[in-house]
Amino acid sequence: MAKAGPPALCMAGVHKRFGDVRANVDVHLTVAQGTLHGLIGENGAGKSTLMSVLYGLHPADSGSIAVFGQTVRIAHADDAIGCGIGMVHQHFMLVDTLSALENVMLGAEPHWYLPQAAAPVRQRLQELMESTGLRVPLDSAVADLSVGDRQRLEILKALYRGARILILDEPTAVLTPQEADQLFTVLRQLRAQGSTVILITHKLKEVMALCDQVTVMRAGRVVADMPVHEASVEGLAQAMVGRKVQLERPDLSAPAPQQASPVLQASGLEMRDAAGVLRLCGIDLQLHAGEIVGIAGVSGNGQSELLDVLSGLAAPDAGALQVLGKRFAAGTWLDPFSARDIGLAHVPEDRHARALVMDFPAWESAVLGYESLMQYCRRGWMRAGAMRRATEAMMERFDVRPRKATLASRKFSGGNQQKLVLARELGQNPRVLLVGQPTRGVDIGAIEFIYGQLRAMREAGCAVLVVSSELDEILALSDRVLVMYHGRITGDVAIADCSPERLGLLMAGAGA
Amino acid sequence: MSARAALPRWADVALLPVVCLAIALLASGGVVALVGQNPTQVLVALIDGAFGSARGLSYTLYYATSFIFTGLAVAVAFHAGLFNIGGEGQATLGGLGAALVALWLGPVLPGWAMLPLMLLSGMLFGMVWAAVPGYLQAYRGSHVVITTIMFNFLASSLLVYLLVNQLRAHGNVAIESAAFTASAHLWSAREILAFAAVDWPGSPLNASLLLALACAVAVYFFLWHSLSGYRLRAVGSSPGAAAYAGIDPRRHVVQAMAISGALAAMVGMNEVAGVSGKLVLEFVAGAGFTGIAVALMGRNHPLGIVLASILFGALFQGGAEVAFEVPGFSRDMVVMLQGFVVLFSGAMSYVLAAPLARLLRAVVPEAAHG
Repeated sequence: MAKAGPPALCMAGVHKRFGDVRANVDVHLTVAQGTLHGLIGENGAGKSTLMSVLYGLHPADSGSIAVFGQTVRIAHADDAIGCGIGMVHQHFMLVDTLSALENVMLGAEPHWYLPQAAAPVRQRLQELMESTGLRVPLDSAVADLSVGDRQRLEILKALYRGARILILDEPTAVLTPQEADQLFTVLRQLRAQGSTVILITHKLKEVMALCDQVTVMRAGRVVADMPVHEASVEGLAQAMVGRKVQLERPDLSAPAPQQASPVLQASGLEMRDAAGVLRLCGIDLQLHAGEIVGIAGVSGNGQSELLDVLSGLAAPDAGALQVLGKRFAAGTWLDPFSARDIGLAHVPEDRHARALVMDFPAWESAVLGYESLMQYCRRGWMRAGAMRRATEAMMERFDVRPRKATLASRKFSGGNQQKLVLARELGQNPRVLLVGQPTRGVDIGAIEFIYGQLRAMREAGCAVLVVSSELDEILALSDRVLVMYHGRITGDVAIADCSPERLGLLMAGAGA
Repeated sequence: MSARAALPRWADVALLPVVCLAIALLASGGVVALVGQNPTQVLVALIDGAFGSARGLSYTLYYATSFIFTGLAVAVAFHAGLFNIGGEGQATLGGLGAALVALWLGPVLPGWAMLPLMLLSGMLFGMVWAAVPGYLQAYRGSHVVITTIMFNFLASSLLVYLLVNQLRAHGNVAIESAAFTASAHLWSAREILAFAAVDWPGSPLNASLLLALACAVAVYFFLWHSLSGYRLRAVGSSPGAAAYAGIDPRRHVVQAMAISGALAAMVGMNEVAGVSGKLVLEFVAGAGFTGIAVALMGRNHPLGIVLASILFGALFQGGAEVAFEVPGFSRDMVVMLQGFVVLFSGAMSYVLAAPLARLLRAVVPEAAHG
């Protein structure tokens, strides 16, 4: 597999500081030619920083970079591209309104007159698509492409610019299991053709299945570097976090015997968006006290709309809801305020746009939604002291770091923001808990903690609904799994009968 | 992780504005020198004109009073995520509301009832005038910047129409209303200080200044210590999070505009009840727009707005003195000076933030992260 010759990439003694934060400390990374190299670590471990250094986004304070044996100076992304380094960012860098072909040309147009420029680009892309198996409809606008297509387009874009070393940042975060498998096939093919691929990920299973070599970073340093055949998932997880991690489903008590009446029962939910597209269709769902129900599905199949409807953020066009003894019908729907009032809490999918006011200090964000409760507000005036004390207690209980209630909400890492949101929502002892993407952008140590909290809520008799696009997460948490596809619930599977393959098929709409 | 340098809070609040102001003065000094004047002489004349005498100080504070009202109006809207350009029109309507009460009830009401009624009426007029664009923004999606600008023109035309066709006293050639009765007169600084046996020169400065300072305190407590203020800021910072929390963003947009309009309307008390004693054309005289610069410079904080208002008041008053004192220095030069202050302190204030942070870190490394 690995060709002889100098390593594709050799970074030595890289140091990088941001203010007080030492993001990279004496990092050494060697990537052999023609290999798939995994780079793993928690959020803030320094892997993104290292890749920004390599891609010329943030020059290193010190250290050297050699590409194919040649020492190079990379001060700018153009230098990196010139060295044959290509990057596929987690958030795609594509212009929605331009076609796939135009996106590839953008910034690298071979001629000022675009129709003339397009011909050779198209021909080169055809060749690339032929040889790599990365197929993308070149003339469709990016806005019309699926997420998988967009990712393939990003890879094509990098290859078109002559990338021989390809960096992929969390490439499978947005893909279905099947799409991820396709991607892996492509990556193996690229490797067979001599390309070198660096895969940044936090999914250890992917590293184990795909990579030849793996480098683990923690707190800005490289803590492990080994061939994958010598590594184990447990060992890598331990290296990443610095202690033993338990994510797998523990032996929980069997779900509480299902009472005759569920605490939440939705029937016939139907909703259209502003454009008239059907987003939810004939949704029936029941949630019992003491169970965790997982909703699996590829993002955009109605899960977000379902959460909005159940939490009262949006009203459906048709359907009925019975929750904690109250009945609602389309027209007189639940609102978020009364939802909280009756004991229904909601941890929204989008932390940045929904769960926290990013500009508010933590102690103001930590009462959002509960700001008019007696404990925080008296006769229309906020009780700043009580709010701060409550926030400090939440931070203590949920181990939010740094423990600084006056720090702006946006300054906390994703995991700590999520812990703060959970602390707020769980703190009111809800009887129904809706959770969207509980661990998106959260690192592995915090994931373990969050899983523990959700399981504890279940044990305490709360009915928990978890929406997640991570299949592993659904499998680790749920007692029962519902699969959503095109706004419908296409499967209702007890956990004992779940396998990733079966759920993957359901998620892709391929019948039960 | 942000690569952008962050200033410590004290530097952001205190040092940065001072540096910006200094640079504005330097740039102005450069232009003054270019046209063959002595910058030092101009600066001294300006400061002396604004603060050097009781009379100058009174004028400075009189101008500042209106700027505090309009600056607070801009700030309240800003915290709700709205850019209220309509202070000018809302102030016009505020003056109209106050004047109508004074004209119609003047003969029957005593002063203790008249003044609060004028204030309330003016606030109500300004509130409605601002709430309409607020409503259109919240429920109909018409951008509040466009509608408030348009409402400025409407307000100005309405005032002209009413003064020319309805309110002008019989036989009066000047386009103004009849004079108010004595009960509608707001006490001047001279009258108030006479109680304390202080001899103060006559000036337009009146009790509105106290009202303005009270408003600044009230706005502070409203925004940062009340439930409504909390919700208003949540709506302004993150409409999504507000909706998630069960706060209706649309209702709060209308509410914020109404409060903003009521604050701007109090300019009417300063000008109509405090100074002219009748309704005249153009009495707002640009205070609505200056309020935007004031709020920008004061970082939308009541304390900052009071300080920025005094600065702008000083520029207006001192500038007038300079034009009078220094031969060959025209009023236009004063406008240029004000322009530089707005440019450096408002529009470009964050251009200097990064270099200042780097400089600070180099000089006092530990302070830069305090």
